Amino acid sequence: MHEVSLCRQLAAAVTRATGGRPVETVYLRVGELRQVVPEALEYAWTFVVRGTPLSGSVLELDHVPAVLVCDDCTVSTRLGPELGFRCPACGSARTHLTSGEEFVLTAVDVHDETPSGPSGPLGDDAQRGIPHGALSPS
Amino acid sequence: MGRFHRHDDGTVHAHEHDGTEHTHDEHDGHVHPHDEVPDRDPAELAELIGDHSGYVTGRERIEILEDIYAENDRLAAANRAALDAAGVHAINLMSSPGSGKTTLLARTLAALQGTVRVGVVEGDIETPLDAERLGGLGAQISLLNTGNGFGGECHLDAPMVARALRGLDLDTLDLLLIENVGNLVCPAEFEVGEHRKAMVYSITEGEDKPLKYPVMFRSVGAVVVNKMDLAPYLDFDMDLFRANLTAVNPQATVIEMSARTGDGVQAWLDWVGRPEQG
Repeated sequence: MHEVSLCRQLAAAVTRATGGRPVETVYLRVGELRQVVPEALEYAWTFVVRGTPLSGSVLELDHVPAVLVCDDCTVSTRLGPELGFRCPACGSARTHLTSGEEFVLTAVDVHDETPSGPSGPLGDDAQRGIPHGALSPS
Repeated sequence: MGRFHRHDDGTVHAHEHDGTEHTHDEHDGHVHPHDEVPDRDPAELAELIGDHSGYVTGRERIEILEDIYAENDRLAAANRAALDAAGVHAINLMSSPGSGKTTLLARTLAALQGTVRVGVVEGDIETPLDAERLGGLGAQISLLNTGNGFGGECHLDAPMVARALRGLDLDTLDLLLIENVGNLVCPAEFEVGEHRKAMVYSITEGEDKPLKYPVMFRSVGAVVVNKMDLAPYLDFDMDLFRANLTAVNPQATVIEMSARTGDGVQAWLDWVGRPEQG
Protein backbone atom coordinates (compact mmCIF):
# COMPACT_ATOMS: atom_id res chain seq x y z
CA MET A 1 0.00 0.00 0.00
CA HIS A 2 2.91 2.20 0.86
CA GLU A 3 4.20 1.84 -2.71
CA VAL A 4 0.83 2.89 -4.13
CA SER A 5 0.92 6.12 -2.12
CA LEU A 6 4.45 6.81 -3.24
CA CYS A 7 3.50 6.17 -6.87
CA ARG A 8 0.63 8.64 -6.62
CA GLN A 9 2.95 11.34 -5.29
CA LEU A 10 5.47 10.46 -7.94
CA ALA A 11 2.93 10.51 -10.76
CA ALA A 12 1.81 13.97 -9.68
CA ALA A 13 5.40 15.27 -9.66
CA VAL A 14 6.17 13.72 -13.05
CA THR A 15 3.00 15.15 -14.56
CA ARG A 16 3.84 18.62 -13.26
CA ALA A 17 7.26 18.43 -14.86
CA THR A 18 6.27 16.95 -18.19
CA GLY A 19 2.99 18.75 -18.86
CA GLY A 20 1.21 15.69 -20.23
CA ARG A 21 3.89 14.66 -22.76
CA PRO A 22 4.22 10.89 -23.17
CA VAL A 23 6.76 9.56 -20.68
CA GLU A 24 9.05 6.61 -21.24
CA THR A 25 11.31 6.38 -18.23
CA VAL A 26 11.19 7.93 -14.78
CA TYR A 27 14.45 8.08 -12.83
CA LEU A 28 14.37 8.00 -9.04
CA ARG A 29 16.83 8.07 -6.20
CA VAL A 30 15.51 6.01 -3.31
CA GLY A 31 17.18 5.86 0.08
CA GLU A 32 17.60 2.57 1.85
CA LEU A 33 15.51 3.78 4.80
CA ARG A 34 12.48 4.54 2.65
CA GLN A 35 11.42 0.90 2.97
CA VAL A 36 10.57 0.70 -0.70
CA VAL A 37 10.21 -2.75 -2.23
CA PRO A 38 11.33 -2.19 -5.85
CA GLU A 39 9.08 -4.89 -7.35
CA ALA A 40 6.07 -3.56 -5.44
CA LEU A 41 6.86 -0.01 -6.56
CA GLU A 42 7.18 -1.03 -10.20
CA TYR A 43 3.96 -3.01 -10.06
CA ALA A 44 2.06 -0.22 -8.32
CA TRP A 45 3.33 2.21 -10.94
CA THR A 46 1.73 0.21 -13.77
CA PHE A 47 -1.76 0.59 -12.39
CA VAL A 48 -1.43 4.03 -10.81
CA VAL A 49 -0.54 5.52 -14.22
CA ARG A 50 -2.92 3.44 -16.34
CA GLY A 51 -4.93 5.65 -18.66
CA THR A 52 -2.63 8.67 -18.19
CA PRO A 53 0.19 10.03 -20.39
CA LEU A 54 2.50 8.15 -18.01
CA SER A 55 0.99 4.80 -18.96
CA GLY A 56 3.60 2.35 -20.21
CA SER A 57 6.48 4.26 -18.63
CA VAL A 58 9.01 2.41 -16.53
CA LEU A 59 10.81 3.30 -13.31
CA GLU A 60 14.59 3.30 -13.00
CA LEU A 61 15.62 3.17 -9.35
CA ASP A 62 18.97 4.32 -8.09
CA HIS A 63 19.38 2.95 -4.57
CA VAL A 64 21.13 5.15 -2.02
CA PRO A 65 22.73 3.49 1.01
CA ALA A 66 22.06 4.91 4.47
CA VAL A 67 25.10 6.66 5.89
CA LEU A 68 25.38 7.68 9.51
CA VAL A 69 27.76 10.38 10.74
CA CYS A 70 28.74 10.67 14.38
CA ASP A 71 28.38 14.15 15.90
CA ASP A 72 31.07 13.32 18.48
CA CYS A 73 33.85 11.48 16.65
CA THR A 74 32.77 12.47 13.08
CA VAL A 75 33.26 8.92 11.81
CA SER A 76 30.94 8.11 8.96
CA THR A 77 29.56 4.58 8.58
CA ARG A 78 27.19 2.75 6.33
CA LEU A 79 24.16 1.64 8.32
CA GLY A 80 24.19 -2.13 8.79
CA PRO A 81 21.26 -4.52 8.47
CA GLU A 82 20.67 -4.35 12.24
CA LEU A 83 19.82 -0.66 11.82
CA GLY A 84 21.38 0.61 15.00
CA PHE A 85 21.75 4.37 14.95
CA ARG A 86 24.58 4.53 17.49
CA CYS A 87 28.05 5.28 16.21
CA PRO A 88 29.78 1.91 15.80
CA ALA A 89 33.16 3.58 16.31
CA CYS A 90 32.65 5.37 19.64
CA GLY A 91 29.19 4.24 20.74
CA SER A 92 27.74 7.75 20.80
CA ALA A 93 23.98 8.08 20.31
CA ARG A 94 24.48 11.56 18.85
CA THR A 95 24.45 10.74 15.16
CA HIS A 96 22.70 11.97 12.07
CA LEU A 97 22.01 10.54 8.64
CA THR A 98 23.68 12.10 5.63
CA SER A 99 21.90 9.84 3.15
CA GLY A 100 19.39 7.03 3.01
CA GLU A 101 16.16 9.01 3.39
CA GLU A 102 15.88 10.24 -0.21
CA PHE A 103 12.87 9.76 -2.39
CA VAL A 104 13.77 12.06 -5.23
CA LEU A 105 12.58 12.30 -8.80
CA THR A 106 15.76 13.05 -10.74
CA ALA A 107 14.86 12.92 -14.43
CA VAL A 108 12.24 11.85 -16.94
CA ASP A 109 12.60 10.71 -20.53
CA VAL A 110 9.74 12.03 -22.65
CA HIS A 111 8.99 11.84 -26.34
CA ASP A 112 6.71 13.81 -28.59
CA GLU A 113 5.25 11.02 -30.62
CA THR A 114 3.70 7.76 -29.53
CA PRO A 115 5.92 4.86 -30.55
CA SER A 116 4.36 2.30 -32.86
CA GLY A 117 5.18 -0.64 -30.64
CA PRO A 118 5.07 -1.03 -26.88
CA SER A 119 7.41 1.49 -25.31
CA GLY A 120 10.68 0.99 -27.11
CA PRO A 121 13.92 -0.38 -25.72
CA LEU A 122 15.80 1.87 -23.37
CA GLY A 123 18.72 3.83 -24.63
CA ASP A 124 22.25 2.56 -24.10
CA ASP A 125 22.76 5.13 -21.42
CA ALA A 126 19.63 4.20 -19.52
CA GLN A 127 20.65 0.55 -19.54
CA ARG A 128 23.96 1.47 -18.03
CA GLY A 129 22.18 3.44 -15.32
CA ILE A 130 23.24 6.86 -16.53
CA PRO A 131 20.81 8.84 -14.35
CA HIS A 132 23.66 9.32 -11.84
CA GLY A 133 25.63 10.91 -14.62
CA ALA A 134 22.65 12.97 -15.68
CA LEU A 135 22.79 14.64 -12.30
CA SER A 136 26.33 15.84 -12.51
CA PRO A 137 26.75 19.52 -13.30
CA SER A 138 26.92 20.15 -17.01
CA MET B 1 12.07 22.61 -6.13
CA GLY B 2 10.87 21.42 -9.46
CA ARG B 3 13.62 23.22 -11.30
CA PHE B 4 14.28 21.51 -14.57
CA HIS B 5 16.40 22.40 -17.49
CA ARG B 6 16.44 20.79 -20.83
CA HIS B 7 19.71 19.98 -22.46
CA ASP B 8 19.50 20.68 -26.15
CA ASP B 9 23.01 19.39 -26.53
CA GLY B 10 24.82 16.07 -26.58
CA THR B 11 23.17 14.86 -23.36
CA VAL B 12 19.72 14.60 -24.82
CA HIS B 13 20.98 13.95 -28.29
CA ALA B 14 22.40 10.65 -27.11
CA HIS B 15 18.93 9.34 -26.34
CA GLU B 16 17.45 9.91 -29.74
CA HIS B 17 19.07 6.90 -31.32
CA ASP B 18 17.56 4.11 -29.30
CA GLY B 19 16.92 0.91 -31.14
CA THR B 20 19.57 1.63 -33.76
CA GLU B 21 23.25 0.69 -33.88
CA HIS B 22 24.09 4.32 -33.50
CA THR B 23 25.86 4.73 -30.19
CA HIS B 24 26.88 7.64 -28.08
CA ASP B 25 30.54 6.93 -28.82
CA GLU B 26 30.09 7.80 -32.47
CA HIS B 27 29.57 11.37 -31.42
CA ASP B 28 32.79 11.60 -29.56
CA GLY B 29 34.58 12.89 -32.62
CA HIS B 30 32.21 15.84 -32.79
CA VAL B 31 32.24 18.87 -30.64
CA HIS B 32 28.90 19.72 -29.10
CA PRO B 33 29.34 23.02 -27.34
CA HIS B 34 26.48 24.14 -25.13
CA ASP B 35 23.92 26.55 -26.50
CA GLU B 36 24.52 25.58 -30.09
CA VAL B 37 22.24 23.61 -32.32
CA PRO B 38 23.59 20.07 -32.47
CA ASP B 39 24.15 18.19 -35.70
CA ARG B 40 21.02 16.57 -37.02
CA ASP B 41 21.31 12.91 -37.68
CA PRO B 42 19.46 11.16 -40.52
CA ALA B 43 16.63 9.90 -38.32
CA GLU B 44 16.05 13.34 -36.94
CA LEU B 45 16.11 14.89 -40.39
CA ALA B 46 13.66 12.27 -41.62
CA GLU B 47 11.36 13.28 -38.80
CA LEU B 48 11.70 16.95 -39.67
CA ILE B 49 10.77 16.36 -43.28
CA GLY B 50 7.81 14.20 -42.41
CA ASP B 51 8.94 10.60 -42.25
CA HIS B 52 6.77 9.23 -39.45
CA SER B 53 7.52 5.57 -40.09
CA GLY B 54 6.82 4.23 -36.64
CA TYR B 55 9.96 5.46 -34.92
CA VAL B 56 10.15 6.99 -31.49
CA THR B 57 10.99 10.57 -32.19
CA GLY B 58 11.97 13.63 -30.25
CA ARG B 59 12.99 11.79 -27.12
CA GLU B 60 14.27 14.14 -24.52
CA ARG B 61 15.49 13.88 -20.98
CA ILE B 62 14.08 16.38 -18.53
CA GLU B 63 16.18 16.70 -15.42
CA ILE B 64 14.12 17.52 -12.39
CA LEU B 65 15.50 16.83 -8.90
CA GLU B 66 12.27 17.10 -6.96
CA ASP B 67 11.65 15.58 -3.58
CA ILE B 68 8.51 13.46 -3.93
CA TYR B 69 7.26 14.78 -0.62
CA ALA B 70 7.76 18.44 -1.54
CA GLU B 71 4.17 19.13 -2.56
CA ASN B 72 2.80 17.39 0.52
CA ASP B 73 5.24 19.27 2.74
CA ARG B 74 4.15 22.63 1.28
CA LEU B 75 0.55 21.84 2.14
CA ALA B 76 1.59 20.59 5.58
CA ALA B 77 3.29 23.93 6.21
CA ALA B 78 0.06 25.71 5.22
CA ASN B 79 -1.90 23.56 7.67
CA ARG B 80 0.60 24.35 10.41
CA ALA B 81 0.36 28.05 9.66
CA ALA B 82 -3.44 27.88 9.96
CA LEU B 83 -3.12 26.06 13.29
CA ASP B 84 -0.54 28.55 14.55
CA ALA B 85 -2.74 31.48 13.55
CA ALA B 86 -5.54 30.01 15.68
CA GLY B 87 -3.17 29.16 18.56
CA VAL B 88 -3.79 25.41 18.24
CA HIS B 89 -1.12 22.84 19.10
CA ALA B 90 -1.38 19.71 16.94
CA ILE B 91 -0.16 16.18 17.64
CA ASN B 92 -0.10 13.45 15.00
CA LEU B 93 -0.82 10.14 16.71
CA MET B 94 0.27 7.02 14.87
CA SER B 95 0.42 3.27 15.53
CA SER B 96 -0.27 -0.12 14.06
CA PRO B 97 -3.92 -1.22 13.94
CA GLY B 98 -5.34 -2.34 17.27
CA SER B 99 -2.63 -0.84 19.46
CA GLY B 100 -5.10 1.24 21.47
CA LYS B 101 -4.97 4.71 19.89
CA THR B 102 -8.68 5.28 20.09
CA THR B 103 -8.90 4.06 23.69
CA LEU B 104 -6.06 6.42 24.59
CA LEU B 105 -7.82 9.27 22.78
CA ALA B 106 -11.06 8.59 24.67
CA ARG B 107 -9.10 8.69 27.97
CA THR B 108 -7.40 11.88 26.89
CA LEU B 109 -10.63 13.63 25.92
CA ALA B 110 -12.30 12.56 29.16
CA ALA B 111 -9.37 13.88 31.22
CA LEU B 112 -9.13 17.20 29.39
CA GLN B 113 -12.85 17.86 29.13
CA GLY B 114 -13.67 21.26 30.59
CA THR B 115 -10.04 22.43 30.82
CA VAL B 116 -8.53 22.08 27.36
CA ARG B 117 -10.57 22.59 24.19
CA VAL B 118 -9.73 19.61 22.02
CA GLY B 119 -10.35 18.84 18.38
CA VAL B 120 -9.82 15.42 16.82
CA VAL B 121 -9.12 14.51 13.23
CA GLU B 122 -10.06 10.89 13.00
CA GLY B 123 -8.50 9.02 10.11
CA ASP B 124 -9.96 5.66 9.26
CA ILE B 125 -10.11 3.75 6.03
CA GLU B 126 -13.83 2.99 5.93
CA THR B 127 -15.94 3.31 9.04
CA PRO B 128 -17.13 6.01 11.44
CA LEU B 129 -16.75 3.55 14.37
CA ASP B 130 -13.81 5.31 16.02
CA ALA B 131 -15.41 8.72 15.68
CA GLU B 132 -18.55 7.31 17.36
CA ARG B 133 -16.45 6.01 20.26
CA LEU B 134 -15.11 9.51 20.82
CA GLY B 135 -18.48 11.25 20.78
CA GLY B 136 -19.92 12.82 23.94
CA LEU B 137 -16.52 13.77 25.39
CA GLY B 138 -16.73 17.45 24.57
CA ALA B 139 -14.36 17.42 21.61
CA GLN B 140 -14.93 18.63 18.08
CA ILE B 141 -14.44 15.66 15.80
CA SER B 142 -13.74 15.73 12.09
CA LEU B 143 -13.95 12.28 10.53
CA LEU B 144 -11.79 11.51 7.53
CA ASN B 145 -12.58 8.22 5.88
CA THR B 146 -9.64 7.76 3.57
CA GLY B 147 -11.72 5.28 1.56
CA ASN B 148 -13.97 8.21 0.69
CA GLY B 149 -12.56 9.92 -2.36
CA PHE B 150 -8.93 9.40 -1.35
CA GLY B 151 -8.61 5.91 -2.78
CA GLY B 152 -8.40 3.97 0.48
CA GLU B 153 -5.13 5.52 1.58
CA CYS B 154 -3.24 3.82 4.36
CA HIS B 155 -2.18 7.13 5.94
CA LEU B 156 -3.27 10.73 6.27
CA ASP B 157 -1.50 13.29 4.16
CA ALA B 158 -1.51 17.06 4.20
CA PRO B 159 -4.32 17.58 1.62
CA MET B 160 -6.63 15.25 3.56
CA VAL B 161 -5.92 16.99 6.84
CA ALA B 162 -6.48 20.35 5.15
CA ARG B 163 -9.94 19.13 4.27
CA ALA B 164 -10.55 17.83 7.80
CA LEU B 165 -9.49 21.19 9.27
CA ARG B 166 -12.30 22.88 7.36
CA GLY B 167 -14.69 20.78 9.46
CA LEU B 168 -13.34 22.26 12.70
CA ASP B 169 -13.66 25.69 14.28
CA LEU B 170 -9.97 26.19 15.00
CA ASP B 171 -10.44 29.48 16.83
CA THR B 172 -12.31 27.66 19.58
CA LEU B 173 -9.63 24.98 20.09
CA ASP B 174 -6.39 24.69 22.07
CA LEU B 175 -5.26 21.21 21.07
CA LEU B 176 -5.74 19.12 17.95
CA LEU B 177 -5.15 15.37 18.09
CA ILE B 178 -4.80 13.80 14.67
CA GLU B 179 -5.46 10.08 14.80
CA ASN B 180 -3.68 8.64 11.82
CA VAL B 181 -4.59 5.43 10.00
CA GLY B 182 -3.26 2.35 11.79
CA ASN B 183 -0.05 1.47 9.93
CA LEU B 184 3.64 1.59 10.89
CA VAL B 185 5.00 2.55 7.48
CA CYS B 186 3.22 5.24 5.44
CA PRO B 187 2.04 7.64 8.17
CA ALA B 188 5.64 8.30 9.21
CA GLU B 189 6.44 9.61 5.74
CA PHE B 190 3.75 12.24 5.38
CA GLU B 191 3.82 15.44 7.39
CA VAL B 192 0.29 16.71 7.88
CA GLY B 193 1.02 20.02 9.61
CA GLU B 194 1.39 18.69 13.14
CA HIS B 195 3.74 20.23 15.71
CA ARG B 196 4.71 16.93 17.29
CA LYS B 197 4.35 13.24 16.55
CA ALA B 198 3.68 10.44 18.95
CA MET B 199 2.98 6.78 18.54
CA VAL B 200 1.20 4.09 20.47
CA TYR B 201 2.99 0.77 20.57
CA SER B 202 1.44 -2.16 22.38
CA ILE B 203 3.46 -4.86 24.10
CA THR B 204 1.63 -7.56 22.12
CA GLU B 205 3.49 -6.38 19.00
CA GLY B 206 6.96 -7.76 19.82
CA GLU B 207 10.16 -6.10 21.01
CA ASP B 208 11.70 -5.95 17.52
CA LYS B 209 9.31 -3.40 16.03
CA PRO B 210 11.60 -0.35 16.41
CA LEU B 211 14.22 -2.15 14.33
CA LYS B 212 11.69 -3.27 11.72
CA TYR B 213 10.02 0.14 11.38
CA PRO B 214 12.85 2.57 12.12
CA VAL B 215 11.37 5.39 10.05
CA MET B 216 8.24 5.39 12.21
CA PHE B 217 10.03 5.01 15.54
CA ARG B 218 12.58 7.69 14.61
CA SER B 219 9.92 10.18 13.59
CA VAL B 220 8.21 10.53 16.98
CA GLY B 221 8.89 12.50 20.14
CA ALA B 222 7.02 10.08 22.41
CA VAL B 223 6.29 6.37 22.36
CA VAL B 224 3.36 5.22 24.46
CA VAL B 225 3.97 1.59 25.45
CA ASN B 226 0.41 0.38 25.84
CA LYS B 227 -1.38 -2.70 27.19
CA MET B 228 0.94 -2.92 30.19
CA ASP B 229 -1.94 -4.61 32.02
CA LEU B 230 -1.24 -7.67 29.83
CA ALA B 231 2.41 -7.90 30.92
CA PRO B 232 1.79 -10.75 33.41
CA TYR B 233 0.43 -12.88 30.58
CA LEU B 234 3.11 -12.17 27.99
CA ASP B 235 6.84 -12.79 27.65
CA PHE B 236 7.39 -9.18 26.76
CA ASP B 237 10.95 -8.02 27.52
CA MET B 238 10.79 -4.30 28.31
CA ASP B 239 14.57 -3.92 28.55
CA LEU B 240 15.01 -5.40 25.09
CA PHE B 241 12.28 -3.17 23.67
CA ARG B 242 13.84 -0.07 25.23
CA ALA B 243 17.27 -1.06 23.93
CA ASN B 244 15.85 -1.49 20.42
CA LEU B 245 14.06 1.83 20.65
CA THR B 246 17.20 3.58 21.91
CA ALA B 247 19.10 2.15 18.95
CA VAL B 248 16.85 3.99 16.51
CA ASN B 249 15.61 6.94 18.58
CA PRO B 250 17.58 7.67 21.74
CA GLN B 251 15.67 10.90 22.42
CA ALA B 252 12.14 9.49 22.51
CA THR B 253 10.09 9.91 25.67
CA VAL B 254 8.76 6.48 26.70
CA ILE B 255 5.43 6.33 28.53
CA GLU B 256 4.34 2.95 29.91
CA MET B 257 0.59 2.75 30.06
CA SER B 258 -2.58 0.78 30.12
CA ALA B 259 -5.16 2.81 28.26
CA ARG B 260 -7.70 0.21 29.36
CA THR B 261 -7.13 0.65 33.12
CA GLY B 262 -5.90 4.24 32.94
CA ASP B 263 -2.49 3.51 34.50
CA GLY B 264 0.14 5.81 33.04
CA VAL B 265 -2.34 8.10 31.31
CA GLN B 266 -1.24 11.03 33.48
CA ALA B 267 2.33 10.82 32.13
CA TRP B 268 0.88 11.01 28.62
CA LEU B 269 -1.25 14.03 29.54
CA ASP B 270 1.88 15.68 30.95
CA TRP B 271 3.68 15.13 27.62
CA VAL B 272 0.69 16.44 25.68
CA GLY B 273 0.57 19.52 27.90
CA ARG B 274 4.25 20.40 27.37
CA PRO B 275 4.67 21.36 23.72
CA GLU B 276 8.28 22.36 24.35
CA GLN B 277 9.10 18.71 25.09
CA GLY B 278 10.17 16.98 21.85
